[in-house]
Amino acid sequence: MSNKEKKGGQQQEGITRRVFLGETARGASVATLVGVGLWAKAETAHTLPLRHIRPPGALVEQDFLAKCVRCGLCVRSCPYDTLRLGKVEEPGVVGTPFFKAREIPCEMCEDIPCVVACPTGALDKGLKNIEKAQMGLAVLADQETCLNFLGLRCEVCYRVCPVMDKAITLERLQNKRTGRHAMFIPVVHSDHCTGCGKCERACVLTEAAINILPIDLVKGKMGKHYRLGWVEKEKKGGPLAPNIINKPLGQWGLDP
Amino acid sequence: MKRARLVGQEAVEKKGWLRTHKWLILRRSSQFSIIGLFLLWPLAEIHFIQGNLNASLILDLIPLTDPFLASQVLMAGLGMEYPAMIGLAVVVGIYLLIGGRTYCSWVCPINPVTDAAAWLRRRLGLQKGMGLSRTTRYWMLAVALILPAVGGQLFWELVNPVTLVQRGLIFGVGLAWVVIVMVFLFDLFVSSDGWCGRLCPMGAFYSLLTPVALLRVEARQRDQCNDCLDCFKVCPEPQVIKPALKGAATGQGPTIQDINCTNCGRCVDICAPNVFEFAIHLPDKSRISL
Repeated sequence: MSNKEKKGGQQQEGITRRVFLGETARGASVATLVGVGLWAKAETAHTLPLRHIRPPGALVEQDFLAKCVRCGLCVRSCPYDTLRLGKVEEPGVVGTPFFKAREIPCEMCEDIPCVVACPTGALDKGLKNIEKAQMGLAVLADQETCLNFLGLRCEVCYRVCPVMDKAITLERLQNKRTGRHAMFIPVVHSDHCTGCGKCERACVLTEAAINILPIDLVKGKMGKHYRLGWVEKEKKGGPLAPNIINKPLGQWGLDP
Repeated sequence: MKRARLVGQEAVEKKGWLRTHKWLILRRSSQFSIIGLFLLWPLAEIHFIQGNLNASLILDLIPLTDPFLASQVLMAGLGMEYPAMIGLAVVVGIYLLIGGRTYCSWVCPINPVTDAAAWLRRRLGLQKGMGLSRTTRYWMLAVALILPAVGGQLFWELVNPVTLVQRGLIFGVGLAWVVIVMVFLFDLFVSSDGWCGRLCPMGAFYSLLTPVALLRVEARQRDQCNDCLDCFKVCPEPQVIKPALKGAATGQGPTIQDINCTNCGRCVDICAPNVFEFAIHLPDKSRISL
């Protein structure tokens, strides 16, 4: 083999390697660019829009998005057409299931077909009792327009609640405006409210005064060191501090 | 001036239009009837299959799960319940037998779009376009699988045209048709076979299921080849043909072994001397021609 040929051969090889490396670098760069774009898109998309409520049994949003395959089997299994999948142009993560309480609320089927239908467990199969669902929490946010706060006896939210007298109770207060009437104030209890949204759907106002909101947005949390004296007292079955003398309170008519 | 001979003209003259489009017609029927089957449930209350290509349930009994999507879920690290796992095994089993990228040609709803773009590109005589390597899709696959492991959600699903379009067709299209137009324009003006042949990580994933497949295209009558190049022109992955068709001297072929052959059968259709045919290769070395 002459020198010239040898050189040519090497050159040939060099170009091939260069082409190969160039193509590899280009492919890797394109893919990385796409990856960065996706990451940025996910950052803006991963919070659930406020009015979107996940089906019963949905894992916390972060875990839900890791497991939901956007197949729509929950949507097809819903007998009331409550659920639907997010479209490309809608806020939230595309293809994931949700419902809007004011449009069609969850009817809380006893056999929870959506959870049964979910193939991956994005809707937790451990949820067997629909009354333990926590899709959100009803909040009677607007006390200025709620008819019961105005002293009327509307109470529609209380009456449609599937967990009646537990999730929403009516608390009697004095109507200070008239001075002689009672007000029946709907009060939501978070340990029983499933977030089904029937109250929001049924609210007679043009814009509902009671709304389903994400639990983590609504619920407060006491520090671990908080103790409720009256609860502790009940647990112990007597005064918490020993040898305390209860002074008679005579004139107020209370138990000494 | 003499008008250039159209791709496939020779085959149409020799075999007739129908036999030149046999596999194409079968493929289109397959693609559209799959969407049709999914629509039977919401439109006609006929309970055959529900869900979509991501995950579905046939006759309330047989689960199916897309393996590319399932891989992303598993990479995200929280596991899947057993219906999805069974569905995964069923689908992987099917594609191991018939070849992974058979999904691309016979099932994927984007395929008619990119086929249309390729057809128009041939008709308009457009240049190859942006020189994206066909290996880019494997980088895309790596990104699609690594992101869930790092970020804990299914990132590719935010933009995956395949599932966006299929879901749109079954659950309400919204603006998903814009995705169709974008893929079409990309393939037509930016890069030939751009989406399916170079970028789509889903096709890249399915190609990995191909190595042991029984269903293959063979250049069985390759000595009859008249070098018209029609098969290379219509093939969405032309690099797969050469070893099978021209590899006689080096002992390659006649079966197409490349994992990126989509079993679309366009080469079978378009070849006037009938060089190609579909065949099932059984483990005992026997073969059945289709």
